[in-house]
Amino acid sequence: MGGYAFYVWSAYAVFVGVLTANLISALRRRRLLLRELSKTASQQTIDDAKT
Amino acid sequence: MWIWFHKLGSPKYFYDLSGRLLPWLGGATAVCMLAGLYWGLVVAPPDYQQGESYRIIFIHVPAAWMSLFIYMVMATSAAIGLIWKMKLSEVIAANCAPLGASFTFLALVTGMLWGKPMWGTYWVWDARLTSELILLFLYLGVISLRSAIEDPRTAARAAGILTLVGVVNIPIIHYSVTWWNTLHQGPTISRFDSPAMDLSMLWPLLIMVVAFMLYFTVVLLLRARCDVLSRERQSAWARALARA
Repeated sequence: MGGYAFYVWSAYAVFVGVLTANLISALRRRRLLLRELSKTASQQTIDDAKT
Repeated sequence: MWIWFHKLGSPKYFYDLSGRLLPWLGGATAVCMLAGLYWGLVVAPPDYQQGESYRIIFIHVPAAWMSLFIYMVMATSAAIGLIWKMKLSEVIAANCAPLGASFTFLALVTGMLWGKPMWGTYWVWDARLTSELILLFLYLGVISLRSAIEDPRTAARAAGILTLVGVVNIPIIHYSVTWWNTLHQGPTISRFDSPAMDLSMLWPLLIMVVAFMLYFTVVLLLRARCDVLSRERQSAWARALARA
């Protein structure tokens, strides 16, 4: 990288880091929400069966 | 058009449509991102003045454009949310803020890493850099204002008003390099006379811009779908989806 390796690769590392972090946090939130909703749904099914 | 707009306002329609689009958008993002990176880092020749350091531009310019573009998307949806009380536009506005902040941060950091070898300093308080830093604070302000208010509708209203006030900063950032004599260079791509950039460098840059746009759409839709599903959890379709 002609003496600029540190600057170029740091910039690209920050780029990869920021984009990956955003994607992972979005996917993680989705997984947690779906788990929460399916838990509530199965709870409701049990409650419905009791009454 | 209006019927489509109306349908899009329906949470279930939005959830289904975005779910069908996401795999395609995600694939296109990956293809553009890899093509742009390969072209920008391997194929494009070094610059005759800046050497290899100019390769930072392939992420700096798209990130900086996105920081402005996302703000306009956020302001437009905030305005629609304030005027017509459309829930979906509130969700879009809310999820634009963290993404916009990320791209602004990325634009600032990559700019600093380019500035150090080229200008000899990481930071100067010139008009372009300062107004872009203000943009970051605006995004962070919108995020913290929204999270400080418990009721989601009131939070959306307050954040929407702050967003609209902050729109003044956007033309300031855009024209700062023309209005003031800044260290930051003037516009290169949007000039109407002869191209100021060689095509071997312009193409990878434009591909990266498309890749950034697609990436933004993908993450925005992923986040917005979560909010829609969470808000609609009592509705029949959301409960059917949860049981599946």
